[in-house]
Amino acid sequence: MILQVTDLRVSFRTEHGMVRVLDGVSFDVAEGEVLGIVGESGSGKTMTVLAVMGLITDPNAVIEGSIKFRGRELVGLRPREMRDLRGREIAMIFQDPMTALTPVYTIGWQIAEQILTHEKVSKKAAWDRAIALLAEVGIPRPEEAVHRYPHQLSGGMRQRAVIAMALTCNPALLVADEPTTALDVTVQAQILDLLRKLQATHGSAIVFITHDLGVMAELADRIMVMYAGRIVERAAREPLFADPQHPYTVALLNSIPPLEGARPHRLQTIAGAPPSLSNLPQGCAFGPRCPKRFAACAARPRLTLPPHETACFLTGAP
Amino acid sequence: MTYAILQRLAQMLFVMFGISLLVFLIFFGTPGVDPAARIAGRNASPEVLEAVRHSFGFDQPFYVQYLTMMKKIFVTGDLTSFVNRGWKVVPAVLDTIPVTLSLVFGAAVLWVVFSLIIGVVAAAFRDRWPDKLLMILGLIGISMPVYWLGEVMNLITQSRFHDIWLFAWVPPLGYKEFGKDPEGWFLTLVIPWITLSILYIGLYGRVLRASITEALQEDYIRTARAKGLSETRILLRHALRTSLIAFVTLFGLDFGALVGGSALLTEVVFGLQGVGKLTFDALQNLDLPVIMTTVLYASFFVVLANAVVDVVYILLDPRVRTS
Repeated sequence: MILQVTDLRVSFRTEHGMVRVLDGVSFDVAEGEVLGIVGESGSGKTMTVLAVMGLITDPNAVIEGSIKFRGRELVGLRPREMRDLRGREIAMIFQDPMTALTPVYTIGWQIAEQILTHEKVSKKAAWDRAIALLAEVGIPRPEEAVHRYPHQLSGGMRQRAVIAMALTCNPALLVADEPTTALDVTVQAQILDLLRKLQATHGSAIVFITHDLGVMAELADRIMVMYAGRIVERAAREPLFADPQHPYTVALLNSIPPLEGARPHRLQTIAGAPPSLSNLPQGCAFGPRCPKRFAACAARPRLTLPPHETACFLTGAP
Repeated sequence: MTYAILQRLAQMLFVMFGISLLVFLIFFGTPGVDPAARIAGRNASPEVLEAVRHSFGFDQPFYVQYLTMMKKIFVTGDLTSFVNRGWKVVPAVLDTIPVTLSLVFGAAVLWVVFSLIIGVVAAAFRDRWPDKLLMILGLIGISMPVYWLGEVMNLITQSRFHDIWLFAWVPPLGYKEFGKDPEGWFLTLVIPWITLSILYIGLYGRVLRASITEALQEDYIRTARAKGLSETRILLRHALRTSLIAFVTLFGLDFGALVGGSALLTEVVFGLQGVGKLTFDALQNLDLPVIMTTVLYASFFVVLANAVVDVVYILLDPRVRTS
């Protein structure tokens, strides 16, 4: 196991008391595996990976539980040691390539900066490696592109540059936070292809966040569905799509227009809105919106055992 | 690049032409304002008024008056004062320029250096006590009127505590030419520099702290953290670098205005015969040729400072560069 997260809880001190945004999240990532995290906005998927990256900088945040990277505990790790891991062993790709790069430096400068931070190499070597990386992520004429500023590149090219930057030190774990959400559909497909190709050549494990189940079906080995800061279902890709168990997952899949068969009159939606994290319902957090709610849902379900884990009493959750 | 600079120069000339025309119309063309009456003095007979009007060319059309004025300022340089007849205006203004430039330039060095330090330190310790202390000091600096601060400085260094070791070096008020006495130039200007810069140190420190704090919320700062950079590097190379744009804008405006005469209060308090003081005296006497010349001079520096700011933008922000 490259990453082992056990009972991760993240809370924020607010005017209305503690608000828990992640509640008892546990998961593992194996070497070379692609783990997908799905959920709507506010479900805690970004917060989960920010916690893994040690990038929750808000002084009002309280992080509990355990995050082990290759057996090393990351929660409570000294900032200097965490910094040494970040960008070298664990790298991150962000959602919006338009704002993820510092506007006043060239692409090459920003990639070389990361190399020079983690490795004792000459500037020349760092720049050469930046050019090689840009070539690897499919940027045309990389020896010219290193001298370009972010605003001179298109969104897709910028995201490629961000990916090149994440790959600089050959990280064992790559965290991708909705890397295709801000891009055109055609560019999305290119970036997904690229990620798949790079995953094959570099062998990094990837934690991939998205709210787009189609993207997930393309890339993920295992999928984890989150709702209101908790994991509600987790399984390998095929069983999850073929036989979703949790009513929330079922509802999510039903809200995608089908490619074949009769065109539905209206797409199905999930009634209601996600609950406020400061005022979660007792018991199952999805309960108030769930079409299959029954008496047992007043208590909080825990996950069933692998391989197909669900947090729903209908599937025999404890 | 050369084309952009030439274009900027052309714009400068156009703006200055506009300003000169406007100032000329305000002082010479406003209905009810009769410069001839002003020159002739009180209770002048109509015949005398007419004579003055003729001798100064006020009976000619406005564009002739305007062109004559411009010619006297820029070409022949023999414009004379209304109040002290025979006093050449252009050399008088030229004499005051080194004084004002010395004062403002030295103060600008002080305020840039110290406000950078304050802004960065406060942003690094944001919401903790060093930040709060610096911001309160900054607010105090902004709140002290410069004429009051200058007088207090004089009271301390020239009078009450002049004899103690700390202030014994302070020379009497007045300006010493740099070419003749560099040491005297420096010593006489130290107290004025500090006085003038305190307001700007407070202001710029606060502005810089705010813009760095804002920059630290940006996505690219998160990217920089994810790269494993140190907090110091993130602050200086990423957040500060992108925050300098607001700083430079402000600096261009303030520097231009100060060189153009806004340092008046400091000049008066410290007995420096600068451009501000000259303009102020001319306004008191309604000495129109002097006002005309100093306003043109001031506009030149404001426009020039803005042009320099534009060039600095090009250096600071690649997005402004049009390829």
